[in-house]
Amino acid sequence: MGGTVSHGSGSPRTIGVEGLARVEGEGSLRVVIADGTVTDVALDIFEPPRYFEALLVGRHFTEAPDITARICGICPVAYQMSACAAMEDAFGVTVDERVAALRRLLYCGEWIQSHALHVYLLHAPDFLGYDDAVELAEHDRGAIERGLQLKRTGNLIMETVGGRAVHPINVRVGGFYAAPPPSAIANLADPLRRARDAALATVEWVAGFDFPDLVGDYRFVALRDSGRYPIEQGRPASSDGLDVSPGELADLIVEEHVARSTALHARLGGRDPYLTGPLARYALNSAALGRLAGEAATRAGLGEVCSNPFRSIVVRAVELVFACNEALSLVEAYAPPDPPASDVIARPGTGTGATEAPRGLLLQSYEIDGEGIIRHARIVPPTSQNQLTIEADLRRVAQGSLDLSDDELGWRCEQCVRNHDPCISCAAHFLDITVVRA
Amino acid sequence: MSGGADGANGAAGDDGRPTLAVWKFASCDGCQLSLLDCEEELLMLAGAVRIAHFTEMSRASTPGPYDVSLVEGSITTEADAERVREVRAMSRRLVTIGACATAGGIQALRNFAGEGEYAGMVYAHPEYIAALETSTPISAHVEVDFELQGCPIDRHQLLEVLTATLAGRRPVIPGHSVCWQCKGRGTVCVLVAKGTACLGPVTRSGCGALCPAVGRGCFGCFGPAETANTASLAAQLRHQGMAPLELSRFFSTFNAAAPAFRDEAVAEGAPVRVALGATRRNRPWGAQ
Repeated sequence: MGGTVSHGSGSPRTIGVEGLARVEGEGSLRVVIADGTVTDVALDIFEPPRYFEALLVGRHFTEAPDITARICGICPVAYQMSACAAMEDAFGVTVDERVAALRRLLYCGEWIQSHALHVYLLHAPDFLGYDDAVELAEHDRGAIERGLQLKRTGNLIMETVGGRAVHPINVRVGGFYAAPPPSAIANLADPLRRARDAALATVEWVAGFDFPDLVGDYRFVALRDSGRYPIEQGRPASSDGLDVSPGELADLIVEEHVARSTALHARLGGRDPYLTGPLARYALNSAALGRLAGEAATRAGLGEVCSNPFRSIVVRAVELVFACNEALSLVEAYAPPDPPASDVIARPGTGTGATEAPRGLLLQSYEIDGEGIIRHARIVPPTSQNQLTIEADLRRVAQGSLDLSDDELGWRCEQCVRNHDPCISCAAHFLDITVVRA
Repeated sequence: MSGGADGANGAAGDDGRPTLAVWKFASCDGCQLSLLDCEEELLMLAGAVRIAHFTEMSRASTPGPYDVSLVEGSITTEADAERVREVRAMSRRLVTIGACATAGGIQALRNFAGEGEYAGMVYAHPEYIAALETSTPISAHVEVDFELQGCPIDRHQLLEVLTATLAGRRPVIPGHSVCWQCKGRGTVCVLVAKGTACLGPVTRSGCGALCPAVGRGCFGCFGPAETANTASLAAQLRHQGMAPLELSRFFSTFNAAAPAFRDEAVAEGAPVRVALGATRRNRPWGAQ
């Protein structure tokens, strides 16, 4: 899979890339071109449904962080943190600031791991014309080693704080099972200093790539966290003035179920599509990046807002600098929370939690009964929110690239989807790309 | 896809390196990610084998047959049931990785409910969804050469499986319980000393006994140990005051459909609405 395949000739003409690689999941993608105009695009998701929202019903609220982590092996912490935030909202629990700081450190680990994976192993090969990172490594081993070093540092944070890099075990509603000893946290400082240098080198590396000219007319939606760059908490905001609580956002998001997808398509207030993720976080919070990451962004040629989706790789690299620097600050200021978790007493109610997964805003809402049993669950992952916007990107990119050969157009379309680091396992995975030309 | 068991014999790549393929079915990608998480070993591995098909990593793919296929995920659709048969036909060795591929995963909780019920809770139009009523392990559909348990798998165990398979020997993966690893690292028993509910005595080792080390009971990510006495553990947990429904939930997570855990959950009152019996088709290591 992965190559461009022509499906016959005549009218309409069909080009298909049967399997979009280097994304997390299975789906398909189709572009129809008639008389020199793109007439239809569809990002279809055929990841077999796993029914998390159903299987959570009847489970105890304490199980939600571990169960929802299994939605995605790439961003399990995002699921755990949103689940905890939702439960704590339902029960009126406020966590100790040391617990909040440790959560932010764990989450920085996931950002570093996930962004390094996406920038180096999934996205960069597109810009350099390689099929994969192994081929890239044959030409520039130093680059891939730098990426793997970053990824390893992210994993090291997740292992130290969370107990394990994939599906951490130390997270619970209210905080952690145990606070890591200061010596273990202190051991993260040296790898993080090296990772911060590697992240700065990453910004410089990706800023030198060639980017297709494309400006999206995006409605950005991201959290804002009182002057801090948003990760584990904040208030949902948008580029057109929205400023609401996570619960209010949950009420505004309308999800549609369409025949061609096992993911639900999200709209905000029934209106236009919107975009979450690095571009949105950056557009709404670039002033909060701090000096080091902010200056790296300026050197890379980013303004206060970046609306070229191909340049999202630069924004991810800037976020890598931010996350390494932030993690280092948290490590240096670490004091073990004692106790490691707040007491949580179940009461009937509803709660919503929203946090910034590496690939965008992740919302969870629960209704809990007096026994602490989940009666209703709703999970809105980043990719289902971004799906309509990715389709709009595809339409623009295909329309502007009709002079490309079938192979090149197919690859460009794949790249266009990878720009947004979709996690199709999350959204409900394999993208089959089909371009139909009349 | 082409090639059969016979055709799968001389599968080495053009340059003589053995070929590796990685396949995904219903899953979270975490076990495949464990392969990419072998950071220090990844480039070495890429030198020792030819990665012929691994969609999460590469747009390039070369047709089978393959020397080794790693399979992640469970079977939840007719199309996937057909696809895994094609993967088997193209693979000299087929190794399943993770709780989804070896036991059906957390999504096998549907086996206890009924498809219509679950789809109706998630989707406005359940009729758009074509999925089977069960989530089943790969071994329920094709012969499997080795099963590596874990949710997620342990990357060191994965490297052992790959190294052994390439060397033509059986992987050395202990079948004993988490208790062994707790004793090994000197963790005080949370079940005995603190009365914390713990699945460690019936759960296969491999994770490193992570949970008791943070004062938490094992919750069974690695599935049943080889000789799991679940009835005895359940009696102890009941004695400590665990209610039947709670006990049933305790055994019904990421390895809910693994026979030892499933039977205990059902004995504690978990509803069973559809046939759960899946014939396992693991083949002896020496077989080709």
